[in-house]
Amino acid sequence: MNKFRIFFWSILILLLQILLFNNINFSQHINPYVYIAFIFIFPLNKNRFVFLFIAFIYGLTLDLFSDTGGIHAASLLFVGFLRLSFIKLFFKKNTIDYLLFNLHSEAFGQVFNYVVTITVIHHFVLFSLDNFSFHNMETVFLNTLYSSTFTLVLYFLGSYILRKKIT
Amino acid sequence: MQQLIYFIRKYRYFLFFLVLEFIAFNLVINNRSFHKSKFINSANSITGGFYNKTTSISDYFQLNKENSELSNENLLLKNNLQKALQVLETVHISRSIDTIQFKQRYSFINGRIEKNQYASYHNFLTINLGELDSVFSEMAVINSKGIIGITEHVSKNYSRVQSILNTNSKINAKLKNNSYFGSLTWNGSDYNTVQLLDIPRQAIVKIGDTIITGGMSSIFPEGVPIGQVINIKEEATIKRVINIRLFNDMSNLKNIYVIKDFDKEEIMNLEKSSNE
Repeated sequence: MNKFRIFFWSILILLLQILLFNNINFSQHINPYVYIAFIFIFPLNKNRFVFLFIAFIYGLTLDLFSDTGGIHAASLLFVGFLRLSFIKLFFKKNTIDYLLFNLHSEAFGQVFNYVVTITVIHHFVLFSLDNFSFHNMETVFLNTLYSSTFTLVLYFLGSYILRKKIT
Repeated sequence: MQQLIYFIRKYRYFLFFLVLEFIAFNLVINNRSFHKSKFINSANSITGGFYNKTTSISDYFQLNKENSELSNENLLLKNNLQKALQVLETVHISRSIDTIQFKQRYSFINGRIEKNQYASYHNFLTINLGELDSVFSEMAVINSKGIIGITEHVSKNYSRVQSILNTNSKINAKLKNNSYFGSLTWNGSDYNTVQLLDIPRQAIVKIGDTIITGGMSSIFPEGVPIGQVINIKEEATIKRVINIRLFNDMSNLKNIYVIKDFDKEEIMNLEKSSNE
């Protein structure tokens, strides 16, 4: 995937998140946060400054549109930082493999573990920051559970439908 | 020195991550308090313009409902006007009219909601009125059914409104049938229900009572409808919580009015001078 296509898909996912998925509000708090797909489509690189900075800006743009301060930026940056360790953990990849790494060519079981872990961590950080107190911890856990299920279903459906186009 | 450079080199990504995360946390904390989030809010020309374009499309889907709501409001106002005219005709005013007394205190500016939000704990709306429409910070935002919020950040053409569905929001409210007042807050759970606190213990509150704004603050005029009492928790204690169902459906708002108070500056100056 070349740079232009990554840019195009990132912007498209961001617009979808702002215009469509932010407005679902199923049973008030449950929203799919499919913009997490940015973490999965952005190519791996040994130099992580660029990726961390772009992830921060990406989250901040979403915060700007949804008036949430910096919770999307903080949570996206958090999983963006953890991404390489999870790739090492689940796919046993080294720095040499980064260039040719592609989620679609990996076994589904490993991809599933990787995507689920990152999504759940991201949603948990997001909802904890949105709540910003230890008062309603049970709603934070419940929101994380429901929203990440929602996000994961949409992400896997989307990546299955677009598997030819996005690679 | 060598050690320090080695340390920075080794943990450079982590340190960079920490710096960015620190900025993000600062923005989160600033967003929690009124007036502080200067940069990250949707009242700037880019996001405001974007939402303006998208709502101008999505507005068409609700035209029917909005029209009937507006004509209902017209009906109410026309009826009230007739009642007022009747009173004016029947009452004979004997003293001479001093024109200074007929100064208008409140004026309304009409606008539209560009972005509605009700699912978070800290909800903000964006409206298409800004400094050019003489809207400034800390002005009341209402619609025909009841209160909506208070303007917070104002740019040239757009402003951000702190919704009453914001856990930081605190609005003076009172019972309609007597003058006991308390403060209206939101606990973040249900977007149709808000909480009225600090009503004195001796006040008798019944289910179904109407709650209106109190007029103690210089933001909301007295008597803007808020909602109805649906249940009361911990009756006759100091921690009494009165749950109120809002007249407004906060998930479905379109046309709004911003209230301009001509006496606000005078009141503020008076309060400032009496505080010193």
